[in-house]
Amino acid sequence: MEQATETKSPEMTERLLPGQAPVLTPGHTLETITDKIVSLVLRRPVTLGWVGGFVFFFGLMNVLLFAMAYLFFRGVGIWGINVPVGWGFAIVNFVWWVGIGHAGTLISAVLLLLKQGWRNSINRFAEAMTLFAVACAGVFPLIHTGRPWLAYWLFPYPNTMGVWPQFRSPLLWDVFAVSTYATISALFWFVGLIPDLATFRDSAQNPVAKKIYGLLAMGWRGSARHWKRYESAYLLLAGLATPLVLSVHTVVSFDFAISIVPGWHTTVFPPYFVAGAIYSGFAMVLVLAIPIRKFYGVQDMMTMRHLDNAAKVMLGTGLIVAYGYTMEAFYAYYSGSGYEYFVLKNRMLGPLAWSYWCLILFNVLIPQLLWIRKVRQNTLALFFTSLVVLLGMWLERFVIVVTSLHRDFLPSSWGMYTATRWDYAIYVGTLGLFFCAMFLFVRLMPMITIFEMRMLLPQSRVTTEAAHD
Amino acid sequence: MESHEGRPTKIEGNPQHPSSLGGTDVFTQASVLTMYDPDRSQGNSYLNESRTWPQTLDSLRAVAKSHQADHGAGLRVLTEATSSPSFVAQMQQFLKAYPQAKWYQWEPVNRDNVYAGAQIAFGQPVETQYDLSKARIVLSLDGDFLSSGFPGFHKYARQFSQRRRPELKSEMLRYYAVESSPTNTSAKADHRLHMRASEVESFTRALATALGAAQAGGEFTPQQKKFAAALAKDLQSHKGAAVVIVGDAQSPATHALAHLMNAQLGAVGKTVTYTEAVDSSAGWGKVAQLQSLVAEMNSGAVKTLLVMNSNPVYDAPADLNFLDAFNKVPLRIHLGLFQDETAKYSHWHLNATHYLEQWGDVRSCDGTVSFIQPLIAPLYNGHAESELIEFLTNQDEASSYLLTQRYWQQQHTGQDFKGWWDRSLHDGFVKGSALAPKTVAAKGAVPAQAAALAGLEIIFRRDATIYDGRFANNGWLQETPKPMTQVCWDNPILMSVGTAKKLGLKSEDEVELEVGGRKVKGALWLTPGHPEQAVTVTLGYGRQRAGKVGTGVGFSAYALRTSQSPWFVDGVNIKPTGKHFGLASPQGHQSMEGREIVRVATLEEFIKNPDFAHAVVEAPAAGLTMYAPYEYKDHKWGMAIDLNSCIGCKTCTVACQAENNIAVVGKEEVKRGRHMNWLRIDNYHEGSPDNPKTYFQPVPCMQCENAPCEVVCPVGATTHSSEGLNDMVYNRCVGTRYCSNNCPYKVRRFNFLLYSDFETPQLKFQRNPDVSVRSRGVMEKCTYCVQRVTHARINAEEQNRKVADGEVMTACQQACPSEAIAFGDLNDPKSRVSRIKASERNYGLLEELNTRPRTTYLAAVRNPNPELER
Repeated sequence: MEQATETKSPEMTERLLPGQAPVLTPGHTLETITDKIVSLVLRRPVTLGWVGGFVFFFGLMNVLLFAMAYLFFRGVGIWGINVPVGWGFAIVNFVWWVGIGHAGTLISAVLLLLKQGWRNSINRFAEAMTLFAVACAGVFPLIHTGRPWLAYWLFPYPNTMGVWPQFRSPLLWDVFAVSTYATISALFWFVGLIPDLATFRDSAQNPVAKKIYGLLAMGWRGSARHWKRYESAYLLLAGLATPLVLSVHTVVSFDFAISIVPGWHTTVFPPYFVAGAIYSGFAMVLVLAIPIRKFYGVQDMMTMRHLDNAAKVMLGTGLIVAYGYTMEAFYAYYSGSGYEYFVLKNRMLGPLAWSYWCLILFNVLIPQLLWIRKVRQNTLALFFTSLVVLLGMWLERFVIVVTSLHRDFLPSSWGMYTATRWDYAIYVGTLGLFFCAMFLFVRLMPMITIFEMRMLLPQSRVTTEAAHD
Repeated sequence: MESHEGRPTKIEGNPQHPSSLGGTDVFTQASVLTMYDPDRSQGNSYLNESRTWPQTLDSLRAVAKSHQADHGAGLRVLTEATSSPSFVAQMQQFLKAYPQAKWYQWEPVNRDNVYAGAQIAFGQPVETQYDLSKARIVLSLDGDFLSSGFPGFHKYARQFSQRRRPELKSEMLRYYAVESSPTNTSAKADHRLHMRASEVESFTRALATALGAAQAGGEFTPQQKKFAAALAKDLQSHKGAAVVIVGDAQSPATHALAHLMNAQLGAVGKTVTYTEAVDSSAGWGKVAQLQSLVAEMNSGAVKTLLVMNSNPVYDAPADLNFLDAFNKVPLRIHLGLFQDETAKYSHWHLNATHYLEQWGDVRSCDGTVSFIQPLIAPLYNGHAESELIEFLTNQDEASSYLLTQRYWQQQHTGQDFKGWWDRSLHDGFVKGSALAPKTVAAKGAVPAQAAALAGLEIIFRRDATIYDGRFANNGWLQETPKPMTQVCWDNPILMSVGTAKKLGLKSEDEVELEVGGRKVKGALWLTPGHPEQAVTVTLGYGRQRAGKVGTGVGFSAYALRTSQSPWFVDGVNIKPTGKHFGLASPQGHQSMEGREIVRVATLEEFIKNPDFAHAVVEAPAAGLTMYAPYEYKDHKWGMAIDLNSCIGCKTCTVACQAENNIAVVGKEEVKRGRHMNWLRIDNYHEGSPDNPKTYFQPVPCMQCENAPCEVVCPVGATTHSSEGLNDMVYNRCVGTRYCSNNCPYKVRRFNFLLYSDFETPQLKFQRNPDVSVRSRGVMEKCTYCVQRVTHARINAEEQNRKVADGEVMTACQQACPSEAIAFGDLNDPKSRVSRIKASERNYGLLEELNTRPRTTYLAAVRNPNPELER
């Protein structure tokens, strides 16, 4: 089946800089691309490695379910939270996951609008990753409440009590920001999938698979009209998603910035949260892409060029984050507020200083290695740097949430925070949920966008003659 | 006393009562919970088999009969110390019926030394009554007259706080404390001098000599000289307005010397008066009484022992081996509220009534007779001591009501007994029944000083919250942090920072204390202001049969306490076990970190600059908020707390707990930082840990005008009321805890787990029906007792008038013995709280945050002796 004969703006032939890897390794034709991606799902047998990995993460996901069941049974007191540290792992994890969920939309929407061709092979799984990360994040606002069965009261719905939510609360803004983001991301992902699902439908041998892919493809036939509508819908969604990339984490940062807690009440939070989100998002993209391209042999489609670019984005956002830390520290000193200054001192020298210095090491120092080309070219080094950044970004949220709260205004109320096994269980459990979903995704869905990859080929260029045919 | 639907729920002081003046203490506040304690004994038993009351009476009748035959030879009664006129009369009847029987009284936290001191000084065990309302200089020698449990505490706290108002300027009272173990009383002192408990006597002797009151020897140590010189000068220049108060734990000689000093300083008749002893067996030491009983039991002279409301198996001095002697008695009968340690070793156990279930009378410290009137029928059909004694005397089943009334009818001389009786019951006390002042003449010389003690010393103290152990099963008291250490649910071994450093020990190290071959294990807690070379242990812990709450909590200091040295003993060996023993403290940090939290000045500074409280930090100008200001048409409630008056006794904390159905969470939850007290008293130390200044700061909800909690709640569960309160709507709360994070005062409390007991019927009875019982997942906090506000408003509306000033009292305010808390309508410029807030000392805690707190503080003013203040 021939697709993608009609494109709006053919890519320019790439001009590679010396030593730069191409976005798509030469040698592919329209057929080979389709064939390769389709075969990853439909013809590749289920390997032992996949089963092993899936079972492992499925087990972890069940840890999450078990921990949540116990949580609902006993209450949030099974965690390490207390007064003064009213928020702990749950909020740390929430912010961490939402942050990770930024990369997908950024890659798909922002880079689409910016016409960055290299986004094409990684956008699909990055979007999936976004979706799953937001799903993991979405668990926490619900379960962290004292009475989760009433969490729906955060939504404005007509009710017999005659009360609305309280619109001055950043938590309420969060509800809107995150749910909007989740909706748009899901739509964006699904709309983008439709042409490829149709390809799957057409290639599938198994009648059940054929039925399911057919259903999901929603009658896509690849007609010019379909493509036209698809293009405008996709562009529209990209346009909608772009501001969300900025707004979601800005709103999440308001949870802290709007409060009066020293260490939270900072205007630098919105930009530095967004940068941090992209930072961790790209780290997660790399953590996923590096093994996937190896195990599924798609190095030719996810080339070193992708990894290099992602690493550069990480480096750039990492520098913004480092600037954020510096400014936070500077203003703590310069503002003249004794409370702010104390928070800074307490972060650096207090009982939880380890978390602060690990954060600086992980988020600021180690990623500087990415300046070195050799590191960017070494998949193993890149993989571990990304892991370190992910850990660092988790610690950043831990530092913000816990070290600010545990010693605030009145020394009489100072306390300590120690996470319990249930805190860890739920965190590890969401990792299980996330990777479990990722495993299913690479087995069941086209993890690389077929038609967009084909657009990268010179054959897809519409020549003047062809256009007149 | 507040009662709902026939259930007593909350105890209030009687403002007319001359020694309560409306104030209460932690024990009184918490006693209502003891009455409802589900672990209370619920029936009578013989050898652990239950018996009905008629069966019990049959057996008692037989006992009575057999002792009628032998005129009571071998019949012994042991009770706690009593001041009840009717019970004493009853016991006299009893002893008449059984001429050879004997009555002993035992009290582990006794006042033997007080009466022995009076005996030395005056040849009779008189009661010393202080009148601080006329005092200018107060010296306390290891005396804790501002601590719950000290006789006359309420009155002294009130008088002390009234005399401590800095507006009195040069008339303001100055207080010197010479102390061993730090207490909340000594924390209020302008000058503290620390020494081991055994050294106080020598200091007193030297001081008495210096004042010319006695030739008593003694010598000041070089460190004490400067303090003593300034003190002596101050005392002498305030003759007639100075008073020396001695603690119960100090030696008889110290007490005797204090009497001589008070006489020398012209205090007698002014700040000190003497009356007959309130205690019915004051002349005979409680330890001596118990010793006699033990001797009799050991000799086999005791055939039947009746123990009533006393627990000697647990709290007798260790050297008496009480249990061995007790077990030699052929018939042991125990009457008590609990199946406690003594009940376990008794043949018979009879369940007693709580004082809220029975009739009776009692003398307060100044001798005023108060009536005990029941608020509820006995929950478990228990019986009062008086009923049991009446049965044994006359085989008569008269009720405690009849017995009390009969006694007073006999005593009544005038006409119209019924009118008198009704009026007295209505008032709660007999007007004019305070003991008359007595003129006593000094007599006899003070004995020479015992040899000085050497080595590490143990100081025994009654516990600040569970007293001698009788409140061990009271969750409210167990969870109330001790005023000075802020530790709850344990009796830590207190030690100074210096001594610990020398011994290489730190807080929460488990150590073994050994003295005279007796050993206990407990956790160490470093306490600023504790004397060197000494440790303090409090009594009342380590109960084996207290009940579900108190059993096995802490260690029993009674195991180290002997009849010779009940209050302090030297030659202690301390040995770390190498283990860690975690203690629960809701306030882990007692330094202000240089922040303007408790604002303090000396009197001199205050006179120079009355506005000192606003010198460093000031509230931003009003109106700096995005939101329109609230308008208050009717009331605008507010509170002011005078930090100069607060004595840190924690009565308000327990009162709040009783009023507002606040749950008890237990030691482990407190350790995790999840205690639930709506009103806490912060305790800050300032200065060197050897001799710090200590400040108390009660912190309820500030009910901010610009409340940070209100804006962040996503569901609007905490909202501003039309009268200015930050209302908490439990039903609406989903439990995000954001409000708590954003509360700079951290006064919000969260039900992390299901803390309230919704099952136990007795505890359900105990609750205040006007206040919701909170379930898990819900935030809660101080509401300014909104249920009381509402009550007053409804009453006022019914009568078509406005709520008058003073009509609404919050539970904390009502309980406070020192009147530190004022509450009322800020819209009324004449209300007490408005007038107090007009003071220049008035400031808002963290007001620089523009929260505009509605609860404000009056800054503390110390009155140090310029000679001692560098």
